[in-house]
Amino acid sequence: MCQWNEHSGQALSDEIVREVVFRVQRYSPGQDRPVTREYRVPVTRGMTVLDGLHYIRDNLDATLSYRFSCRMGVCGSCGMYINSFPRLACQTQILELNSDLVDVRPMPNYPVVKDLVPDLSQLFAKHREVQPFIIRNEQELEHPTAEFLQKPEELLRYLQFTYCIKCGLCLTACPTVATDPRYLGPQALAQSYRYCADTRDAGAEGRLRIAAGRDGVWRCHLAGACSEACPKGVDPALGIQLLKRLAVLRALSLKKPHSPAPVAGKRTGVERRPGIPQPPPPTVESR
Amino acid sequence: MREATLWTLHLAAGVVILVFLSIHMGIMHLEDVLTALGTGYRDALGWASVVMRNKQLYFTITYVILLAAALYHGLYGLRNILLELGPGPTAVRVIQGILILLGASLFVLGTIAAIAAYVR
Amino acid sequence: MANGSQTGQIGLRGWVYAGRFGLERYAYTLHRITGLGLLLYFLMHIFVTSSRALGQAAWESVMGFLSHPIFRIGEFLVYVAFAYHALNGVRLILGELGLGLGNPVRPEYPYPIAHRRQRPLFLALMIISGILILAGGWDFFVTKH
Repeated sequence: MCQWNEHSGQALSDEIVREVVFRVQRYSPGQDRPVTREYRVPVTRGMTVLDGLHYIRDNLDATLSYRFSCRMGVCGSCGMYINSFPRLACQTQILELNSDLVDVRPMPNYPVVKDLVPDLSQLFAKHREVQPFIIRNEQELEHPTAEFLQKPEELLRYLQFTYCIKCGLCLTACPTVATDPRYLGPQALAQSYRYCADTRDAGAEGRLRIAAGRDGVWRCHLAGACSEACPKGVDPALGIQLLKRLAVLRALSLKKPHSPAPVAGKRTGVERRPGIPQPPPPTVESR
Repeated sequence: MREATLWTLHLAAGVVILVFLSIHMGIMHLEDVLTALGTGYRDALGWASVVMRNKQLYFTITYVILLAAALYHGLYGLRNILLELGPGPTAVRVIQGILILLGASLFVLGTIAAIAAYVR
Repeated sequence: MANGSQTGQIGLRGWVYAGRFGLERYAYTLHRITGLGLLLYFLMHIFVTSSRALGQAAWESVMGFLSHPIFRIGEFLVYVAFAYHALNGVRLILGELGLGLGNPVRPEYPYPIAHRRQRPLFLALMIISGILILAGGWDFFVTKH
């Protein structure tokens, strides 16, 4: 889908409409402190900050390091601090920033590996800590026989929190993460809520012991910056406040643990339509 | 669930403070407004007015409740702020110990003063 | 490490200014500052007001000391801090119990942010806070005591 400039015959997406200065933070291991370098980047319509970084690396400075993958906002690799706000570089249009200067820094609150590449290991460690998986006391998880029954309303209660791409921008925004190394952070706590609210799950008690412990939800003070920064609409702040409510109601014994969603039973009274062949016998031994 | 209970108490104390401290602020600092509404204390900080309130059981009791709620709310908040600076486990215990001691002793001081003023 | 420490955290600066965030992010900062200010004042206040148990002379001596203008201004600032902290606190009590935030939805761009639903409440509370501050300012600095 290409629009054309009628005079020059050039694709509009190739037409240079502006030149901006990218001020990029550079750091190599072994240096005392980071420095900033400036690069002039010609901008075409639709160009993202990630495209700008590609341009710098291809044409101006091949030593620039940055992380990226899908370039369409689903992998969560390219989180950066762009013009004083945490954003995904591939989802930030340069022209939308409306500025002659594009200031690109690695995400604050993470150690820097090199240039714009953050060390995300603490993000993943905190995520692992909250037991982000369905927990049930049944064989069903190990040897599945059928699906779990869940109504659409029950799905909606946690669906938005499943859209997390683990980009880590929320931890950059959070004021508590800035000083408290043990705080689980909005990403992990929102995922904790995602599993506690999932009707298929029966592990809320153990999860709450972690998430509502001393380094959990009580360190959140509803600054809301995490939800502002989230590029996927996960709204971790909402997840955390709902998790607080869950923890308070449990602590006051006002809410009983729900019994987890049942496994779908065998279909009865349903016949295979005539003319549709049976499936072939399995070729792999099921344990 | 200990932390959940402590936090819920923090909110509850906040509500208590909201009610009682607003009344206190009104008496102390909104004299003209209260007088226009037909209530209030003239020269709230003068000795006569102070004595009058001290002698009323209502004020003695609510002052003690407000003291407890405000000490809990404030010191729990301070404890959270200090804990968010990332101290090690020993430092955490020390901080919590000091704050509990501080809170308890100030509560005792304030309650004794309130009772002494009531009884005098 | 380039970001200042082993963990890369930006430290106390992160409580104060960390980017172009919305009102609620900085309402948090102000709530902290007013809270600490109120606590500091309160701890001294307990000592000051306990002097009433020692009789009229003690009370009037303390009040005399505190009648200096600098203390009056300080007390007004405490009043202002309370007006803000209490009313913002109402919003926080509701929000942190998940009330007034709405329900989780299917995220469709432009994504809704739950705590933005509290924005009208926040503004209303700040207006009330402003009125209380003005009324208090009148009492502190205009009314003859």
